[in-house]
Amino acid sequence: MAKSAPRPLSPHLTIWRWGAHMLVSILHRVTGDGLAIVGGILLTWWLWAIASGPAAYGTFVYYVWSADAGDVAGAIANVLARIVLIGLTWAFFEHLFSGLRHLVLDMGAGYELRINRLWSRVIVVAAPVATAALWIWLCLGRAG
Amino acid sequence: MGTGTDVGRVRGLGSAKSGAHHWIAQRVTAVGNALLVTWLVASLAMLPAYDHAAVSGWMGQGIVAVPLMLMVVSVFYHIRLGLQVCVEDYVHDDGLKFATLIILNFYAIGAAALCLFSIAKIAFAGGSL
Repeated sequence: MAKSAPRPLSPHLTIWRWGAHMLVSILHRVTGDGLAIVGGILLTWWLWAIASGPAAYGTFVYYVWSADAGDVAGAIANVLARIVLIGLTWAFFEHLFSGLRHLVLDMGAGYELRINRLWSRVIVVAAPVATAALWIWLCLGRAG
Repeated sequence: MGTGTDVGRVRGLGSAKSGAHHWIAQRVTAVGNALLVTWLVASLAMLPAYDHAAVSGWMGQGIVAVPLMLMVVSVFYHIRLGLQVCVEDYVHDDGLKFATLIILNFYAIGAAALCLFSIAKIAFAGGSL
C-alpha cells in the first residue's frame, strides 16, 4: 500500500491544560512499567538469592542495603538501591490506588468532573504520603 | 466468504467472543495483585529480622509459600498483559512489535518460572508446614 501524505493529526497532548486526571493516567502507566521491569527483576533476584543460600542472599543484601564502610562502589550501589526501593514503594502505592480508581471507573462510576478531579488529586497525594509513612515506620517505628 | 466490504461480511455474525478476554484477565489479576502484593509488603514490613535464616524460614512455611506463588503468577500475568498494551501503543513497526512481544513473553514467563522454582526450593528444602 502506497504511503499517503501525512494527514493532519489531532493535537492531543500539547494543547490541554494539565489536570490531576491526566497526571494519574500517565502515572499509572509509568509506575506500571517501572514495577513490571525494575520491580519484576528485583523480585526475581531476591527470591533466587534466598533460594541459592546465605552467600548469594548476602551478596544481594550487600549491594542493595549494607555494603562495607570502605567500599565506594558498594556505597554508591546502596544509595541507588535505596532510591530504587523508595521509588518502587511509591510506584506500588500509586499504581495500587490508581488501579482501584480504574476498577471504580470500569463500573461506570466516578466520571462526574468534580468527583473525577477530587479522586485523582487524592491519589496523587496519598501515594507519596503512604510511601513516606511506610519508610518512616520502617526506619524509626520498628523496634531496633 | 462472499465479496463486499469487510464490515459487510462480518455484520450480523456477532462478536468473536474473545475480544474482552485480555481486558478481563487484566482486571482479575489486578484484584489478585491488590490483595497479594499488599500482603507481601505488609508481611515484609513486619518481619522481625532480614537475615537469611529469618527470611527463608518465614518463606518456607506453606502458609507463606503458597500465597507467594499465587502472587508471582498473578503479578507476572499482569505484567505480561500491561506491558503488551504499552508495546502495542508505542511500537508501530509490525516486525519490531512482534519481536518486542516475544521478548516480553520470554521475560514474564521466564522470570515467573525462576520465582516459582525459588519459592518451591525454599519451601521444600527445610521449611515446615
